[in-house]
Amino acid sequence: MENRAVDLSAIERIEAARTAQITGAARPAKVVAEGVDVYYGAKHALKDVSVDVPDRGVMAFIGPSGCGKSTFLRCINRMNDTIPSCRVTGKITIDDQDIYDPALDVVQLRARVGMVFQKPNPFPKSIFDNVAYGPRIHGLSTNKTELDQIVQMSLQKAGLWEEVKDRLQDSGTSLSGGQQQRLCIARAIAVSPDVILMDEPCSALDPIATAKVETLIDELRSQFCIIIVTHSMQQAARVSQRTAFFHLGTLVEEGPTQLIFTNPKDQRTQDYITGRFG
Amino acid sequence: MTVTYFAALCALTLAAYIIAVRRSSAIANTANGRQRLHSLPTYHGLLAASLVIFPMIAIFALGSPILSHEAATNALSHFPADVQADAMRAGATLRDIRNLAAGQHSGEASDALRAAADSYNSTSTQGAYILLAAGIAAALLGIAIAFRLISPQFRARNHFEKVVNVVLIACAAVAILTTIGIVASVLTETLRFFFDPHIKGRPTVTDFLFGTEWNPQAAMRADQGDIKTAYGFLPLLTGTLLITFIAICVAGPLGLLSAIYLAEYASPKVRAYGKPVLEILAGIPTVVLGFFAALTVAPMIRGFGQYLGLDVASESALAAGLVMGMMIIPFISSLSDDVINAVPQSLRDGSAALGATKSETIRQVVLPAALPGIVSAFMLAISRAIGETMIVVMAAGLAANLTFNPLEAVTTITVQIKTLLVGDQEFDSAKTLAAFALGFVLFFVTLMLNVIALRIVRKYREQYD
Ligand SMILES: Nc1ncnc2c1ncn2[C@@H]1O[C@H](COP(=O)(O)OP(=O)(O)O)[C@@H](O)[C@H]1O
Ligand SMILES: [Mg+2]
Repeated sequence: MENRAVDLSAIERIEAARTAQITGAARPAKVVAEGVDVYYGAKHALKDVSVDVPDRGVMAFIGPSGCGKSTFLRCINRMNDTIPSCRVTGKITIDDQDIYDPALDVVQLRARVGMVFQKPNPFPKSIFDNVAYGPRIHGLSTNKTELDQIVQMSLQKAGLWEEVKDRLQDSGTSLSGGQQQRLCIARAIAVSPDVILMDEPCSALDPIATAKVETLIDELRSQFCIIIVTHSMQQAARVSQRTAFFHLGTLVEEGPTQLIFTNPKDQRTQDYITGRFG
Repeated sequence: MTVTYFAALCALTLAAYIIAVRRSSAIANTANGRQRLHSLPTYHGLLAASLVIFPMIAIFALGSPILSHEAATNALSHFPADVQADAMRAGATLRDIRNLAAGQHSGEASDALRAAADSYNSTSTQGAYILLAAGIAAALLGIAIAFRLISPQFRARNHFEKVVNVVLIACAAVAILTTIGIVASVLTETLRFFFDPHIKGRPTVTDFLFGTEWNPQAAMRADQGDIKTAYGFLPLLTGTLLITFIAICVAGPLGLLSAIYLAEYASPKVRAYGKPVLEILAGIPTVVLGFFAALTVAPMIRGFGQYLGLDVASESALAAGLVMGMMIIPFISSLSDDVINAVPQSLRDGSAALGATKSETIRQVVLPAALPGIVSAFMLAISRAIGETMIVVMAAGLAANLTFNPLEAVTTITVQIKTLLVGDQEFDSAKTLAAFALGFVLFFVTLMLNVIALRIVRKYREQYD
């Protein structure tokens, strides 16, 4: 038993070193949650969750549906504020800044923490206006040329530029589902966030569109701290470097993806991964 | 007789249904076990019922006019040929005959009239019996056919689908034909107003459309009025537009902003009470709003105007417009509230997640997405305002002033239609026909508004879907 634990930490060290190699840096924690509890009215939806999310890289939240993954994700950009019955306690910091500090400007926070939703939700505006939406409301550009540049850069980063560069004035809703989701990613990137939250971004997409979005996520991880909620364990294995497993409102275990999938410490994780429940 | 006919119709339809249901159930339960029918017994029943109800209605609808025409011709044959030839006199005589036949004739009846009434009665009664017999025969035939058709393979379910189709088409046709009929009739009278040589004092189309004086009272007194200036439509148009404009200036912002408040900011509790209260406003009879305008708002405006040193007419366009604005607020607020609510929450979330504030989200995402609906709400409200009569009658007066000054008295198209038609009039005078011309123009204006609204909506739909 003792032996095995030593073994595990060795693997973890190797994994950390490998990721550090990929990203070219050691990974300081970007988002730190300490003892977060969330209540919807009387319902205790999230219980004492503490986790460190490293900068640069992809962290996956997995777990059976209803276990609180989305709830936790929405704590990180305070989207839970928009739900009247929701109450959050505990502490979450981004770059050592408490995001539930009453003095903090939520609008600024959300500009730093982008979000991509389960169902693609492009605005009923042109493709250009969709991407330009964030930069416009935050005044990130001083003239049209700059705005054009931001839009082009974001679409390029989202791997959508080649497909839409001749039809930027077409409605965003005229795109296919997969393109719409990448447009939403471009829209989030356009305000240069540090953290991007994705809540099951591929669950409404077909396999080919999913593959494209996954490739995109993989490309983006060198520039952003990405947290992705997914119900697909294959997806978590493919795109993430770290994985956290949630169950019934608690965070059961968290660690390098490889380790979680090959050698989980907790029986519940083991059961979930081998498909015994979920 | 009509009652008997429809009683028979109901009874036979019910009978057909029951017979067919029984028959098909019986076929299903054969001696050697249950047999599968293509269609459920209910469908056989419904089909049989429709084979009774439609022929019977058709016979009645076709037979009744023929019957009453027959009765009239027979009755009139008791009168001299010159009475029959003159449409006016024939009509008057026929009225007398009908009254006498129904036992409501007052005064002494002539022999010819009495004979005619008897003949009218007997023809009617005979005809009604023939009609009833034909109807019952058709119904029995229908039942027989339905009965023969029932078999395990018979696709009653699919055939019934055709029946449904026909019923729907018939209902739609009634609505459409009625509309066409009304428009055609108004159009005919309008053309008579302009072109019928028998009408005294009719204006030319140009005089009507571009004339700047509206004074039909002058035209009424034989030919003494100057016709050129009697039916100038422009003051009515400007009056209508002025009042409508004021109403929209009041109702547009108030309605839209209260819709935004109710849909986006109000707590569920406020919303639950606020929305119905706003909608009650739409339920206030316009005549009540009218005397509110005349007795409360108009004096207030007048007093306020005096205080500012302005000369305000006691019946002003402003008073009518303000109150009419109050009237159409619910149209805008309620419909806009619905379309704002229909904008998916995911769009608001998407905007909020990008760091937009609530009002930014509303201005830049929610309202543009709801725009087609909001435009139709405004157009509906404008149509209502243009068509509204009572408030203007009471608050804005009858003086046809060609002005854009909201402090003066004006009049509108609808008010003048009402004024022209109130009281006893012969139907053929230019004055009465002028009402049709006004009605036609009103219809045309509203139609154009709707067309424009549809175009706007379609344009933005393309952009925002
Ligand atoms: N807006 C809400 N109001 C009340 N309860 C909610 C709300 N959103 C989520 N919940 C509850 O919180 C729990 C966690 O939900 P969620 O975070 O959406 O789960 P997951 O994303 O892991 O499927 C569930 O039991 C759900 O019913
Ligand atoms: Mg979820």
